[in-house]
Amino acid sequence: MNPPAAATRRSLMARLRLRERIRDRDSAIYGILLLTALVFPMAAMYATGSTALVSQAGHAGTFVLLAIGLNVVVGFAGLLDLGYAAFFAIGAYTYALFASAQLGSSPLHHQYHLPFWLMLLVGMFVAASAGALLGFPTLRLRGDYLAIVTLGFGEIVPQLSYNLPQWTGGINAIGGIDQPWLPAWITGPWAGASSIAIIQGSTCRVPWSSTQTPCFSFSFDPIAFYVVIVIMIICAVILVSNLYHSRLGRAWMAIREDEVAAAAMGINTVTTKLLAFAIGASFSGFAGAYYGASFSLVSPDDFFFLVSATVLVMVVLGGMGNISGVIVGALVIYFVLNSLLPALPSSVESLANTIGLGSLNAQNGDWPGLAGETQRLQFLIYGLILVLMMLLRPQGLFPSRVREQEFKHAAVQEEETMIEQAHTS
Amino acid sequence: MESGATALKRFRSLTMGGMTLPDYGFYVISAAAVVLLAGEAVANPTAFVQITVFGVADGAMYALVALGYTMVYGIIELINFAHGDVFTMGAYISGAILGAFSINENSFTAVNLVALVIVFPMVMLFMGAINITIERIAYRPLRNAPRLAPLITAIGMSFVLEGIMFMWKGPASIHFPDILPHGPGFQTTIYGVFVGFKDVFVVVTAIFLVALLAIFINRTRLGKAMRATAQDRDAAQLMGIDINRTIAATFFIGALLAGAGGMIWGLYYNNIFYNLGFRTGLVAFTAAVFGGIGNIPGAAIGGLLIGLIAAYSDSYVGSKWTEIVIFGILIGVLVFRPTGLLGMRVPEK
Repeated sequence: MNPPAAATRRSLMARLRLRERIRDRDSAIYGILLLTALVFPMAAMYATGSTALVSQAGHAGTFVLLAIGLNVVVGFAGLLDLGYAAFFAIGAYTYALFASAQLGSSPLHHQYHLPFWLMLLVGMFVAASAGALLGFPTLRLRGDYLAIVTLGFGEIVPQLSYNLPQWTGGINAIGGIDQPWLPAWITGPWAGASSIAIIQGSTCRVPWSSTQTPCFSFSFDPIAFYVVIVIMIICAVILVSNLYHSRLGRAWMAIREDEVAAAAMGINTVTTKLLAFAIGASFSGFAGAYYGASFSLVSPDDFFFLVSATVLVMVVLGGMGNISGVIVGALVIYFVLNSLLPALPSSVESLANTIGLGSLNAQNGDWPGLAGETQRLQFLIYGLILVLMMLLRPQGLFPSRVREQEFKHAAVQEEETMIEQAHTS
Repeated sequence: MESGATALKRFRSLTMGGMTLPDYGFYVISAAAVVLLAGEAVANPTAFVQITVFGVADGAMYALVALGYTMVYGIIELINFAHGDVFTMGAYISGAILGAFSINENSFTAVNLVALVIVFPMVMLFMGAINITIERIAYRPLRNAPRLAPLITAIGMSFVLEGIMFMWKGPASIHFPDILPHGPGFQTTIYGVFVGFKDVFVVVTAIFLVALLAIFINRTRLGKAMRATAQDRDAAQLMGIDINRTIAATFFIGALLAGAGGMIWGLYYNNIFYNLGFRTGLVAFTAAVFGGIGNIPGAAIGGLLIGLIAAYSDSYVGSKWTEIVIFGILIGVLVFRPTGLLGMRVPEK
């Protein structure tokens, strides 16, 4: 590289004040998200008088975690994973099997009731090792082959849980999964709160010794789960952004941009990609254990391709490689899928009533009524939303600044070549 | 980790008698499968041949869909998720048009024949037009975008097509007019093996279409342009090939085959549903990978083999394991023989 080029590049960096900009926008997004996370449960409960919205937000949090994890694989390392839900399933089943009566009726004939906090980590490690096992023979393949292998894996895992009912309950799913519990002394300052109450006269067995301790269970309290998922997400964000700025993160980026060049620079591409794969899978296992606990039910239907595709859409739409963008993308898609689309039929109906087309609402022969028709249209609308969003912002809602600059650079270069072509012809 | 990676490298480059160890793995697994099947064949030859007949018919349909996947992947490296739904759409539309004729489902009349001859090319052209539109709307604007962007729009278009069919006919599976000759006069039993007219029809039509495609790809100017674009898009452009037109033509031809496949599927099974394309698409895609993605004869052979494997697995392993067997094969092929059966590799771009 000749010195003048390097000099101009440095001055470009300085002129755009790239570093400050990256810090500014992302920290603004984080700040808003954190504030919303704090205010949301109170506002929602004040406005609606129930905790239904909070429990939905807890579910959305699962997808945020999944999106953060997939972002490591897809956004950082540039590996396309189309079967991410399989690792989610592995995490969820790991918790479900070892924290319910399920294994009692399996060939093992012994129930396990390991505590949630331990199983969070175990689920993480099991999913990570599954990721490593799958990645080990396949990561040397070019990107698209990896996508195909993960796609196949993603179909195999839920199918296996269907086919092995003596272990996984098959189509009947695993129910009655243990709720997380904490020793009673942790309630300390909140001891008087009505939602987090010590179960009267209850004791929980400490797994590593035979002592009993007074405890309180989460039961189905959405607030408690909400707090846990917010803490989990915060931990995940801190972990992942530290990884991103570490040597490993730079190696991922190098591989994403040009694998051959990265290998030539002395990066062990197989190990680095394997780490991305395993770390990404571990977040999925983490989320899976939480998912199993919060619903107390794990069914193979929750882990098919649609889930993998949804999480991928969240990552790409949010802005690959940018953690704050991915979180926003996950929340937006979750909102579209679980609030906007289900609410559409009734809102269309009331709209038709207000603008004087109320006659359309009646069911009549082949016409299922406006609400029914909108219900049928949901899939179509979701597809259109995906296509439109991608066409309008192919780089995602909040792409990482580095990528954005690349985009602008590419556009400028293209323009230049076009001008050149016009001159020469 | 370090040693793991090197061990893997060594494993992959270990050679014995000119072949690498993974190649041996591939051959050993294939040989084991063949031996197991041979055992079944000897135990009950009639059943084995019968299963083979069904497998070939299924495989012919998978091959038609797989060709579209492999052509699109070969030329723009896109896993076209909407392709399976184009296939289903072909079945839906042809079923609807057939319903407009005064066809007779009980016996084969002249009207049936006329309807068949008219609807076949009609639905193929119609699906071709739809696929070109999809390419124009959802993929062409993203040609220079990050590689995942068109993948997401492909998933989106798949939802859109499924949504259209869902809206049109609802979630239940629907009946497809049974207009092919069937019944006692049009089936025969050779040594206890049942062969119907439909089985023959499916296989003959598929072979005819694949032969046409092969002639088109190898003998015409546009076919040559497609091969050139798949090899190196920039160089092809420099040679004066209109890239956009060539890619659109690829989508068009892929959809012709998928539309025909959809109609044949309907005629064969007489039962279609709105998300039929999802599973069929995945299986057909596996077939394309099995044959070596980007490789056109490979997709045809892969489709046939996957059809056979699915049929054998349905009968000898149990139908609930078929999906696992197919995707297990997919992973196994990629691990042991990433280039697919016919060994062509799309050049790294």
